Amino acid sequence: MTATYDCIATTTLSSAAASVTFSSISGSYTDLVVVIQATWTTSSNDMYIYMQLNSDTGSNYSTTILSGNGSSALSTRFSDRTNMNMDYSATIVYNQPTQRNINIMNYSNTTTYKTAIWRSNRAGSGTDAMVGLWRSTAAITTILFDLESGDFASGSTFSLYGIKAE
Amino acid sequence: MSPVYKLSANSVRNGRTIYGSMLAGNTAFVFPSFESIATVTVGSGGATDIEFTSIPGTYVHLQLRGFLRTTSGDQLRLTFNNSTNNYRSHYLEGTGGGVLAGSESDPRINIYAALPSAASTFSGTITDILDYANTNKTKVVRALSGWDGNGSGYVDLDSGLWNDTTAITSIKFAPSAGNFAQYSHFALYGIKAAS
Repeated sequence: MTATYDCIATTTLSSAAASVTFSSISGSYTDLVVVIQATWTTSSNDMYIYMQLNSDTGSNYSTTILSGNGSSALSTRFSDRTNMNMDYSATIVYNQPTQRNINIMNYSNTTTYKTAIWRSNRAGSGTDAMVGLWRSTAAITTILFDLESGDFASGSTFSLYGIKAE
Repeated sequence: MSPVYKLSANSVRNGRTIYGSMLAGNTAFVFPSFESIATVTVGSGGATDIEFTSIPGTYVHLQLRGFLRTTSGDQLRLTFNNSTNNYRSHYLEGTGGGVLAGSESDPRINIYAALPSAASTFSGTITDILDYANTNKTKVVRALSGWDGNGSGYVDLDSGLWNDTTAITSIKFAPSAGNFAQYSHFALYGIKAAS
């Protein structure tokens, strides 16, 4: 039996930042897991978090969403996007930490498109289950998280883990 | 506690190093809590089913992480210990346009939205099998699964019950139709509690 579930990198913001990037990701794991607990710097409104892979700005991303907002459930999707929406009801806000557990499956294979599946939660607004596709066969070496606008607040944490199958 | 002395080749010249801990300056070993048990990657001929056998009872929970595709079909079917009795499962599904919910019973647990058939598109399927070795509890499964095909796709939350207190020692996965396609990847992990 091989021990596996390594912390590859962690970023805790000491000041507000428009984006967080994990780069030079080793291809030695099977899956990646990113855990995000973040808030937004702006006290009004709310905002989507986006994920972009290998700096690809093409319209190669899509997501399917199952979301509950406290009174109803819905499902929708985004297609041909230039990044992946990481939330729908559980958007990021000023004073309530939102949490995401993002699983990026078989991220380093160079044969298939890449699938990510995750949960996003914010107690004050809702909960989401989401799956995303990146239509590329490239191994993922860089992951960028940013926002529709504004900054992640100081204290927001982003942790990247690698899981290795035997 | 008595002091701990650490001697090295340089100790004759530099003297011994004294520590207040048996670790003597070393980092404490932490037993791993998440271990890879077995992995299967489907070859070019496809596979009608995948089975993990002789699963040790030394963990608290199991997690199956799948990157899956099929030649047809949609659901991933689980059976334990070759039993076809006492199963129940529920699902909550997002279709991209609406929300569905339903349930299934014998002869297996169904995990929905786990098996796309579109070219190059694979699902993410994460299935936790809780307290699988406990002979005082019936067995509970939960899963997060889904696939996206850029304009199509599903995402699901699934729960399952095997109403049996037998320790799980084998798990068989099969598609609801067709075969598992090439490059489908099943990885079984064991999760330990703190020792």
